[in-house]
Amino acid sequence: MLFNKKIKELLYSLVAIISALIIGALLIKLSGHSVLEAYYYLFYGAFGSSYNLSQTLFKTIPLIFAGLAVAVGFQSGLFNIGGEGQLYWGAFATALVAISFTNLPALILIPLALVAGAAAGALWALIPGVLKAKTGAHEVITTIMFNYIGILMTTFLLKNYFKEAGPVDQTPKIAEQAKLPEIVANTRLTWALFIAIFVIIIVYYLLNYTSFGYDLQLVGENTNAAEYSGVNADKVIINAMLLSGGIAGLTGSTMVLGVLHRFITNFSPGYGFTGIAVAVLGRNKPLGVLAAAFLFGALESGGMSMQLFAKIPADLMTIVQGLVILFVAAPSIFKIFNKKSLALRGDN
Amino acid sequence: MDILRIIFSINTFTAAIRLVVPIALAAVGGAFSERAGVINIGLEGMILTGAFAAAVGSFFSGSAYLGLLAALGAGFILGLIFSFFTVDLEADHVVAGVGINILALGFTTWLMQVIWGQKGASPSVNGLARIRIPILADIPLFGDLFGYHSPIVYLMFIIVIAGWYLMFKTPLGLRIRFTGEHPEAADTLGINIRFIKYFSVTLSGVLAALGGAYLSLGHLNWFSSNMSAGRGYMALAANIFGQWNPLGGFAASMLFAFTDAVQMRLQGMNLNIASEFIQMLPYVLTVIVLAGAVIRSRPPAALGNHYKSNK
Repeated sequence: MLFNKKIKELLYSLVAIISALIIGALLIKLSGHSVLEAYYYLFYGAFGSSYNLSQTLFKTIPLIFAGLAVAVGFQSGLFNIGGEGQLYWGAFATALVAISFTNLPALILIPLALVAGAAAGALWALIPGVLKAKTGAHEVITTIMFNYIGILMTTFLLKNYFKEAGPVDQTPKIAEQAKLPEIVANTRLTWALFIAIFVIIIVYYLLNYTSFGYDLQLVGENTNAAEYSGVNADKVIINAMLLSGGIAGLTGSTMVLGVLHRFITNFSPGYGFTGIAVAVLGRNKPLGVLAAAFLFGALESGGMSMQLFAKIPADLMTIVQGLVILFVAAPSIFKIFNKKSLALRGDN
Repeated sequence: MDILRIIFSINTFTAAIRLVVPIALAAVGGAFSERAGVINIGLEGMILTGAFAAAVGSFFSGSAYLGLLAALGAGFILGLIFSFFTVDLEADHVVAGVGINILALGFTTWLMQVIWGQKGASPSVNGLARIRIPILADIPLFGDLFGYHSPIVYLMFIIVIAGWYLMFKTPLGLRIRFTGEHPEAADTLGINIRFIKYFSVTLSGVLAALGGAYLSLGHLNWFSSNMSAGRGYMALAANIFGQWNPLGGFAASMLFAFTDAVQMRLQGMNLNIASEFIQMLPYVLTVIVLAGAVIRSRPPAALGNHYKSNK
């Protein structure tokens, strides 16, 4: 039965993606471009060569972290939209460690920098978590506000205390040994991919094989029922926010160690928000997030090549992402075409 | 003391009245949507869509009023779509709202490149001319504050009051509140739950879009990418702080707008405070207000739930 449900969910997701791409095709057609050409470059840009595939994987990495962060929140019934602020703090803390301790060997410096980033992200998520647990302030609004505050605060700290001389608001470069090695030369695809997969495995284990993960999902399904069975929901909410924020922080950490090699203001193109779409599409499961992040990575790197060669703005892929979320949120949309199930729907 | 005099000057208050328009209109819309039981995170996308449609309408017709009409139409359609997803398809309200926001961001950014071939901002369009209210404008102080504004500002005042009246003094308002509190009982009494939800959510779309139209036809006279800049979320917070009441929502929006106006005034002065901290003010205030307000407030009982009539 469970297996059946999973297959069904997978099928729904595929139908949602295909439907979104079909609407995207209509829009391309309406704007006077060739759909065939556009989608050729979309797929070529995403998977067409080993370089293009590396670019897709490269774009997948931050989405894995950002999506996983949102998914962990959702599992416990929390909607952490604050990934953006958390990942800025993660990037900032990681950069500081990797700039400061230049004498440490890579084997110590890289883990230390990652831990610092995760801790910073977790702390930034802690405040909305505590507010939610203690006052009931809705985390959707507080985490959004904390995005603005977090970005402004890191910008302030950078400009006033850690800025490299020059016109750009950025820190100096991190220590040479702190840079993550590339998997494929000259592609920017680094060991960050392995870190991302490692974190997915940890979260998978936490959610499925520990009492921590069990409590988390129990609170997510029904807070009252969880409290009756002796779970301290406030504590679980705070822990879930810590975990979610920590993973979001790693989005920024791996960007700094793998790609930017320093902290730069406004470096994120909104990973925290795309993470929401990734989590929703991945149905808040670690492996689902992996697949969804890969799909969105493909849409982004494919979208770039579509923009470059077919002259269609890559923002079309944002539309496709929005549609995918809407369709996945409302699986019954596809039942409309199935009269039998429509007749059965009255019992809800 | 000079700083205080500048903060509490008439200019700051006038600026606050201008800044409050999109937030307050969306907050009134949010009040209707949530009173009927539908969480509307999509306000942000609805404001953005309204701003875009208004600019496009004005650009092609040359008339700001046709632009305004286009915004209302766009808000109406987006509201209907959101109703369809949340009411008929029983989508999770928050997830669907996020979907609407991403969709709105994608659509407006993509279309502005298709229409104008540029990504940052649209060309200037005809905005709504400000109206000078003859006698009002001549009253000292009061006239400075209220006498000379965009027509949408006056519309906002009317909508806030009419919204309060509709919600608390009419049978329709009673039905809306009943639907959000206890849909089963409302259904038993013969209230058409589906119609009430569609009406309320679509109204929230129209009002948020009107707020957006003010951004591109009143506040500025062009559209720029992601112009709503979080105002929809502030409206959500204002709505909660205002206890799901249009008047309360307006008062809370005014608080945010005033902080924002102060922030802008302070940025213009050369203070010894970092600009980042001044810019943070409205956001920090929102969090403080929300954390303080929710302890004492209670949302509609059936907020976020789905309900299907058996009839």
